[in-house]
This record gives sequence, structure tokens and C-alpha cells, in this order.
Amino acid sequence: MESIIAGLAGVGYIASRRIATALFMATHLQKPVLVEGVAGVGKTELALCAAALLGLPLIRLQCYEGLDESKALYEWKYGKQLLYTQILKDHMGAALTDAPDMATAMERLHGTGDLFFSEPFLEPRPLLNALREPDGAVLLIDEIDKSDEAFEAFLLEMLSAFQVSIPEIGVIKATTPPVVFLTSNNVRDLGDALKRRCLHLHIPLPDQGLEEKIVAARVPGIEARLRTELVRFVQALRTLDLRKLPSISETVDWARALILLHAAALDVELVRETLNVLLKFEADVAAVEPKIGELLSHGA
Amino acid sequence: MQHTLESFLRALRAHDVRVSPAEAIDAHRAAAETGYADRDLLRDALCVTLAKSAEEVDRFDACFDTFFARPPSVGAGRPPPQTQGETPPGTPDLAGQLLAGDEAALAQAMEASAARVGVGDIRLTSQRNLLTRRMLDDMGLRELEAMIQALRAAGGPRDAAVAERLAERRAVLFVQAAAFVERQSKLYASESARRMRDALLAQQKLTAVEPEDFRAMEALVRRMAKRLATKYARKRHRAHKGKLDVRKTIRRSMGHGGIPFEVVWKSETLHKPKIAVLCDVSRSVASAAQFLLLFLYSLNEVVERLDAYAFSDRAVSVNDLLDDEKVDDAITLVMARVGFRPTDYGRSLANFLDAQGPKLDRRTTVIILGDGRSNFANPRLDLMRAINDRARSVIWLNPEPETYWNQGDSKMDAYARFCTVAKTCNTLAQLERIIEDVLRTYMSQ
Repeated sequence: MESIIAGLAGVGYIASRRIATALFMATHLQKPVLVEGVAGVGKTELALCAAALLGLPLIRLQCYEGLDESKALYEWKYGKQLLYTQILKDHMGAALTDAPDMATAMERLHGTGDLFFSEPFLEPRPLLNALREPDGAVLLIDEIDKSDEAFEAFLLEMLSAFQVSIPEIGVIKATTPPVVFLTSNNVRDLGDALKRRCLHLHIPLPDQGLEEKIVAARVPGIEARLRTELVRFVQALRTLDLRKLPSISETVDWARALILLHAAALDVELVRETLNVLLKFEADVAAVEPKIGELLSHGA
Repeated sequence: MQHTLESFLRALRAHDVRVSPAEAIDAHRAAAETGYADRDLLRDALCVTLAKSAEEVDRFDACFDTFFARPPSVGAGRPPPQTQGETPPGTPDLAGQLLAGDEAALAQAMEASAARVGVGDIRLTSQRNLLTRRMLDDMGLRELEAMIQALRAAGGPRDAAVAERLAERRAVLFVQAAAFVERQSKLYASESARRMRDALLAQQKLTAVEPEDFRAMEALVRRMAKRLATKYARKRHRAHKGKLDVRKTIRRSMGHGGIPFEVVWKSETLHKPKIAVLCDVSRSVASAAQFLLLFLYSLNEVVERLDAYAFSDRAVSVNDLLDDEKVDDAITLVMARVGFRPTDYGRSLANFLDAQGPKLDRRTTVIILGDGRSNFANPRLDLMRAINDRARSVIWLNPEPETYWNQGDSKMDAYARFCTVAKTCNTLAQLERIIEDVLRTYMSQ
């Protein structure tokens, strides 16, 4: 466990024990991980870093409403099929002229017919690519909650047995099962069947210590004192009742912004000017502005 | 250890964490991977395999802590008793263990007795005392008491000392047994009791909810609204089987030299419902209004296009309040804006039609929550007819039972003529069922 935490830290991801355990279980039980959490908490980043840590290629599938299997799994290369049919037309004609009757000609055609629905004419999409990667891969299915229910059901075979059925060819099975991450923002509730097949990891907003470590890893140039101060401010901000609480990515962005401004310490004026990095809604900014002084002194 | 894990899974199920047999197998595999030595590791590993949502993670953590908490041991902190020689032959097991201070054996005996009398099946907290007593009896309490009696009667100083010690240990055992049952009840009974209360609340008349149940009711309402919304808020396509979409098929065939490889069938898009709600917050329905507003608020959070109005002597739009304020504030503010005044349906309908009129079309469903009591003012049935003409459907939910309709100043029957449905609705369960009917029947056609 410690080695996984250290390894993830090595590629720039500070993980809690639960995250490390989830990663460990995913590789050992060979089950996909469903990662949930508010936006900007590092769900996608986890998959990227896991790929770097395991030294596997990352294959990413971004979900959206209307995504279907021809875009996610495979498609036939219609153009190529057509072209080949045209080119081979004469050839086929020649092969068939000496056939004594229709039955023989049909027989010969049967022998070649399936050629056009074979692997050379298959256009692999992300899911198929992940299955065919010889040494395994990290497959990231991003924002699964944005896809349709039908697509979710379609994923089930892929996620439990790591195989897909293509009617014309048969079942394609993974040589090495990929490590699969699914991320969800809870736009809609996912089906139980999908949840059952996955390990579930909920990434909460981090506490003071963990967040400081994250900022240190992501923004190396920042001074320790400013770091502590700014993380404390963000933590205090999260106790307020805001429409969108600032998450880790906002903290990191803010830290970068402060470095650009050559700030050494937080003061009310500075916070007021840079507040729009942290808060994304006009109403939130208006609610926080009068309280900045209080929040700053509360932390110190 | 397998047995322990099984009972833990049972405790989880009692805590509303759904564990299917397949997940149970996963849990065993996970536990085999991690082993039982490192408790935090085991907890994390089981958590990722079993808990499937943020709420379940919280419940899992609580359950894990209670389940694996070590009970305080008998006679902790005392010098180990030197009683080996004193135990007379023919002593019952329980007395022997108590005298020897054998905590492991005692704990085991307690577990075994608990399993025999079925402490794990506890459903109500009121069963605790009974089950504690039964468990102690099963462990051999009667024999123990008989022995103490006998020793006291024998009268020797040595016997008396042993009897004294046994009595002392017995008291500790009582405490421990009670704590054990308490823990079991927390594990297995708390959730079932909560579920029972929720079921009762859902059947409770909205006008008769006790103030202390408000919080629970609120949570219940929110869950219902969320459930309904996830079920119906999606945009769906329905394929028209067998109808060729010629335009799209030709367009797609362009890439293949005009040969129609891909055949596209016509499909129709099911539009997301548009809902306009008119909610009565006048004096006559004040107690029910609170919940109707609560439902409105929750619905507003999950349904995209909802226009909400509250009315008593006039109707005002409350969309801004529902959008910007927290739930308690929103309800108070709505009540402050228009609440507690005598109802004037005619004027309210006129206000509603003025504000909402341009947006009322064949895709809108109008829901009216109110008792139809207009204080003998002009009910303006013509406006009701106009609303009914324009909207896809009009649904009237009345907190009064149907026998009260049209009595006194109620104009309910007259209004009902212009409604697609008019129904009584005075419990949460009814409210949910009706809204679900509405969403299914009147919207997605």
C-alpha cells in the first residue's frame, strides 16, 4: 500500500490510503473502478497517473449523450469494403465465368464473401483498442453518467468479462485485461448492474494536510508559509454554504495565480482580486467578499 | 473468519448498504487479498468493494466501526485472580470462567448464546432487555445463581468469599451483556426501525405531522423528488420501427458513392416535460402547504423547466426564491410573501394566466395544489377553461377528501370539470404516486 502511495506521489498524484487501496484491489481483483466525486477533485487525473505508474498506455473514451457502440467499440470500414469490391469485381467475374452452373458459382462466392467482414476491415475504437493491447492498458471511460442508459448496458459485457461480441467475427477477448476507470459526476444515478460490477471509489474533498501535500506536488515553486495560509483559507471557504465549493483543481489554480502575482502572503485586497479563480458563480463571490477578513483571521 | 465476514455483511444490509451475493464473493476475495491483520487496510478494501455511493460509504464506515469495536472486558484493570485451587468440582462452566477470569472463553460463550437465542435478529430497540435476559439464561445464569446461593448457605468464610467474588463478576457480566446486545441492536435494528418510521410517515396525513417529524419528512420528500426526477428527466428517443428516414439515409450514403449502406429509421424525440405549478399557501391549507412547498422545492432542484407560483389572495412567481434560497428560508419567504391570507382563486388564476400565459402550450402540464375554497369570491371558471384549453393537461391535487368537495365555499367540482385529473392527496405516499402517474401518463406521449 505504502509503495502505491509513494509510486503515485512519484508521478505527481498525492493519494489517500483509500485511493491506493482501490487501485490495489483493481489490479488484483481485475475489476473496474468507478470513481465518483465533485468536479475538479482529481478523478481523471487518477487514471492518468495510474497509467504512468503502471507504465501502460492510456486509452480514453469521453462519454456524451448519444455515444453509441460504433463510436466506442468498432466500425466497419465501409469505404474500404466498397473500394475492394469494385477492384475485385473483374477478378471475381473471371473466377466465376468458368463455373458450370449457378450452384457452383454461389459456392465459390460463399468462400470469399466473409472476407469483407474480417479484421482488416475493422476500424477499432477505444474499447476494442484497449482489449487488443497485448500488455494491457489503462482504459479511462470519462463521465459515464453523461452517456445514455443503453450504452451503460452495452458496457456490462465488456466490464465483467473483458470481452466483446462482434456478430460477424465472434467474441474478442482481452489478452491482458485492461485496468478500467470510470468517472462520474453524478449527473444521473448509474444502474445497479453497472455499480455491482465495479469497485466504488468516492473521492471526497481533502483535509488540510493532504491538500497541502497536493499543492506542494503540483505547484513546486510555492513557499511553505503561503501554501499553508492559502489551503487554510480554502478549507474555511468550504465550510460556507456556497453553490459550488472550490475543489482541488481550483486550489491549485489559485496557488499558480498567486505565484504569478509574486504574492508572499495573503491579505484581504489580494484575495478579493483573485477570488474569481476560486469561485465560479457571481452569487458565491458576492456572498464571500464581505467575509474575507473574517475567514483570513479565523484561519490564522 | 468467514463467519465473521458473513455476519458483517448482514449488518451492512441492515444498514441499507445493498450487498448482493456477487458482491459478497468479491468481499471475500478482497479480504483474502488483504488479510485480517491490518484493520484500516481491510476497511478500505471492503469499502471499495461493497459501498457503491457516497451515502453508502458513510453508512459503511459507521457500521464497520460498530461491528469491529471491541467490547470492554470483564474485570479490566484488576489483578489476575488466583482462583484455580478454589474452584470446587462440579462448578458450572459459566462460574468457572468467571472465577478464572477467562475473558476469551466468556466472550465466546456469549457469542454462542447470542447466536442460539437469535440476538442478531433484533428488530426493535424495545427487544433489548428481553434478549439480554434470554442470552444470559442460555449462558447458564440460573446455575450460577443457584451456586451462589448454595455457597452462601454453606456458611464457611472461604465459600462466602467465593460467593462474593462470583456476585461481583456477575454484575460485570450483566453490564457487558447489556452492552453486547446494545451493539447488536445498533447494528441490526436501528435501520429497520428507521425504515418503519419512514413508511409510517409516508402514510401520515400531511395536515397532522408532528413537529418533531419535520426533519425526517423533509429527507423523505427530497428522496422522493430525486427518485422521480432521475426516472423522468432524461430526454429519450423512441424509434419508429419500419419507417425509413429517406433524407438521412441518402445523406449517409454519400460517403459510399450513393449506395445506401446505412439505413436510418425515423425516430421521434420525447420532449422533456414542462411543468407549471400553482401552490395554495392560504390559511385553510397552511399545514399542508409547508409540505407542498417542500415538494415543490425538491422538484425544482431536479426538474429543469419548472415554473412555480404560490397563491392565496393573489398568485406570485416564486421561482427566484426556490432557485436562490436554502430550503427553510425559501419556505419561510414564500409564506411571508403571500401566505396566510384568505384565498381568492379567481384573482390568483388571473395572475397566473397573465404571467404564465405566453408560455402555456401543448407541452406544459399545469399542477394545482389547493383545496378549491375561494371564500365565495368569483371562481372565474372561464380562466380555468382557458388554462385547460392551452395546456397539455391540468392536474388538481386537493388535500381534502372527496366527500368534502363542494361543501361550503368549495368550488372543487366546478373546477374539476376543467381538469384532466382531480384527486385527493394528503399523504406523501399519495403525492408521490400521483406525481409519478402524471409524469408517466400525461407527459411522455
